[in-house]
Amino acid sequence: MSTKEQRERIELLQGTLDLLILRTLLLGPTHGHAIAKAIEFNSDEVLQVEQGSLYPALHRLIKRGWISSEAGTSEHNRRAKFYRLTAKGRRQLAVETGKWDKLAGAIGQILRPAEQEGES
Amino acid sequence: MNRRERMMEDLEQAIREHIERETEDNVERGMSRDEARYAAVRKFGNVTRVQEDTREVWSFVWLEHLWQDSRYALRMLCKSPGFTATAVLTIALGIGATTAIFSVVDATLLHPLPYPQPEQLVSIQDDLSGVGGKDVGISVPEWHDLERSGIFEYVSPLGGAGSVNLTGASQPTRALFLGEAPNYFALLGVEPRLGRAFHPEDHTPGFNLEAIISDGLWKRAFGSDPNILAKSLRLDNDLYRVVGVMPAGFHDPGRTAVERNVEVWLANNFDAPPSPPPLRKSRFLPEAIARIKPGLTMAAAQNRIDALVASLQQEYPEDYPPQSGWKVRLVPLAETVVGNVRESLILLLGAVGLVLLIGCLNVANLLLARASARGREMAVRQALGAARGRLISQLLTEGLILSLVGGIAGLAILLSTKEFLLRILPEGLPRLNEVLINWSVLLFALGATVVAGAIFGLAPAWHAGRADLTAALKQKGRGSTGSGQQTRARRLLVVTEFALSLVLLIAAGLLVRSFWDLLTVRLGFNPQNVMAVHTWLPVPNDPQTDIYGTVAQEAPFLREILRRGKTLPGVEEVALGDQASVPLGHGQNDLNPYPLIIEGRETPSNQSPLVDGLVVTPEYFHLLGMTLLGGRLFGDFDDEKAPQVVVINEALARTYWPNGGALGKRLSLINARGAQANASWTTVVGVIADARTESLAESNPPQIYLSLYQRRAKDLAIFLRGRLDPAATPVEVRKQVQSVDPELPVFGAQMLNETVSASLSERRFSMEMIGLFALTALLLAGLGIYGVISYMVSERTHEIGIRLALGAQRRNILQMVLRQGLGLAIAGAGVGLVGALIVSHLMAGLLYGVRPTDPVTFAGVALLLIGVAVLACYLPARRAIRVDPLTALRYE
Repeated sequence: MSTKEQRERIELLQGTLDLLILRTLLLGPTHGHAIAKAIEFNSDEVLQVEQGSLYPALHRLIKRGWISSEAGTSEHNRRAKFYRLTAKGRRQLAVETGKWDKLAGAIGQILRPAEQEGES
Repeated sequence: MNRRERMMEDLEQAIREHIERETEDNVERGMSRDEARYAAVRKFGNVTRVQEDTREVWSFVWLEHLWQDSRYALRMLCKSPGFTATAVLTIALGIGATTAIFSVVDATLLHPLPYPQPEQLVSIQDDLSGVGGKDVGISVPEWHDLERSGIFEYVSPLGGAGSVNLTGASQPTRALFLGEAPNYFALLGVEPRLGRAFHPEDHTPGFNLEAIISDGLWKRAFGSDPNILAKSLRLDNDLYRVVGVMPAGFHDPGRTAVERNVEVWLANNFDAPPSPPPLRKSRFLPEAIARIKPGLTMAAAQNRIDALVASLQQEYPEDYPPQSGWKVRLVPLAETVVGNVRESLILLLGAVGLVLLIGCLNVANLLLARASARGREMAVRQALGAARGRLISQLLTEGLILSLVGGIAGLAILLSTKEFLLRILPEGLPRLNEVLINWSVLLFALGATVVAGAIFGLAPAWHAGRADLTAALKQKGRGSTGSGQQTRARRLLVVTEFALSLVLLIAAGLLVRSFWDLLTVRLGFNPQNVMAVHTWLPVPNDPQTDIYGTVAQEAPFLREILRRGKTLPGVEEVALGDQASVPLGHGQNDLNPYPLIIEGRETPSNQSPLVDGLVVTPEYFHLLGMTLLGGRLFGDFDDEKAPQVVVINEALARTYWPNGGALGKRLSLINARGAQANASWTTVVGVIADARTESLAESNPPQIYLSLYQRRAKDLAIFLRGRLDPAATPVEVRKQVQSVDPELPVFGAQMLNETVSASLSERRFSMEMIGLFALTALLLAGLGIYGVISYMVSERTHEIGIRLALGAQRRNILQMVLRQGLGLAIAGAGVGLVGALIVSHLMAGLLYGVRPTDPVTFAGVALLLIGVAVLACYLPARRAIRVDPLTALRYE
């Protein structure tokens, strides 16, 4: 990992990893590695997840009942642990997404006028 | 298997799969197998950390950490048994001693009295400040005034705890009895376990012939007879029907051991014989207690009392002249019961707390030394990813585990030595029978343990929190960080220990000096080879039946006892006196104050100063070796037919005849309590030197001695001088007394020098305890400084070697090391002196004959402390000068 790469990538805000996992699982149940890949890929590789940190987050979500885990077989017919969004998790995703939008909007509102002043 | 274990297994598998997939992805991208795997692992991050974080999701993290830390701490402690034993023992003794003292403080000072609504219970104390009377007792009409005032639910005078002849058993015995108003038990709010209490509204004149007995007497004298309620007791020749038996745990709210161990309660309205006529001026009731009406505060009650006193003074100007300064004070009963031991107990608790603190500092010191040895371990663990917070919490846990083990050991020691410890408490200690290990004491022990653990756990934790990782790792294998900071911290601990020890030593030194002065005080009487044995002539309720009712009736008995006493083996002299005449062996209530009226300067009796009167036979003065200063002593001819005479003490002569000439002057003596109308004048025939018969600590107040052949006394003491056998003599005396009157009990024999020594028992106790604590503190402080200097020497072995190689004299090295130690000791002593000045002023009330700033004590103690420091430093210093330069230089 070069220093250049590091600079372009953004560390995840506290708690947002949970949101990203829930969103990824909305597309269907999948295994841990695929979730990490999906997050990286879908964010054009800007968001870099230290892959290991995915697992405590997954377990946290299981404990809260937002996702469930089950044994399954993956594309190459290999055993893997699959994670699936629960109904409760689906509702939570909606709530969290709403919250995120509000937060992003609010921060944007604060930042925007500052930008305009800076430009003028 | 629980859910967490299952989840953790799943996780392990998931991680394996994850890394495999990533590896395959990497291989697809064209990496070699090894490269791909390495990259995958790197990208995944710290597997252990992930596992730990996940585990945390599934557990009560702190509980788990606590469990881990505790197990680790226990392992560490087991690995260094020497250290652990030292630390645990220090803590155990500290916690054990602190808890022991606290249990006493808890019972005496903190616990409410063991009666319902104890905050409403008060003691009523009358002062006559104008004539120097304090707590002079109350009269029957005053008692009724208080009852009618509407301030109290109940008021009960206490007739004074005394003893009564209990006959009918195999041996006439003395039972401690208390005469009180019939409302007494209703006032306290307690019920007998058998039978009933007195009726609070009982208006029988004088004693009503009902008795309530203690559980102890019921078992001792009646073998727990279930039919006791049908029985009667013969007390001083009167028959009392037993109406109740109190529960085993019941004790009167008394000040002294005698007052707390009452065995027979008799209800009395104090308005018929044997009580004197109920006049306002005869304050023969030594004290009264009361229960304030609910909802009334202490201050409000006192205000209403003040108003009542003012109106009574207007109504009875004859009885309450303004000059007498009559005041009635309400004092919470809990306070009067504890009396003056509060100060001693608080001092003791403070002292033992300081010892515990010094012990903690010592353990902190040990832990710091260990922490430096474990500096590298900590650094390595931190480098391997242990969070700093976890390390700190782990060190704290170690401290707490150590102190918990110590605390439990301390409690175990305390519980196993409980019986012994209770025995060494002075018998006079108030509420002694309530001392026990209860929940609040256990809670205190736990609190002290946790605080102690925090104190010495924090030192190394704080240190670990600031450790410089790289520096520690760069250190060589010895593993020492030896940072300046740490050394400073340890020195600070030692300085603090010395300061605290100095405070304790000075407190102890002042107490020892006070005690020494008390022991060597000029008594004015000679207690050697003197024994006092007590007997008590009955006081029947009907004066007509009293065979010892007058002086003339009593005298033959007295002379017979004196004659028979002289025939006993070893006895050289015999004398008789009343209870008050037993030097240092009587209670406040045994004293008989008389208003002193001097012929030619008469004052109304209620405005006259009160002086104590002692009734003795002529032999008394010679037997006790009291010095006659002028005039003559009593003779056998001073009997009821001869003119009344008295001997006064020097204090009285000096006070009222400062220019001399007391001899031949005439006084009128009317007993303030007994109010025996005896208007005839008595002549002062002799003056004797002052003797400390009231208190060793205070020179005697004015006293008057009266002849037992002219003034009746029923509470008799038989004094014997000679080569006495402390075991056989009392038996002989009993035989002789009972051969004169078989109904009389003989009890309470004690050698007079034991009586004198017992009067100091509370002082001796606090002196010994504080002394013990101070010595412990000194030892701990010495060990502390020894540890620090030893460590310093071993740290600097190399340097010392170089110095020696370069030609330094061994003397210089010795000086260098000693200077280090002395610096610490002197700094500590300096700080300690300031603390000691504050403490010594706070404890001024406990001192005798020595000022709180006594320079000898201060200087002596400071020198002692520095001496100990020099000694403690000399041992490591000697090691330093024995360093062989060659070995030291090679040693790396």
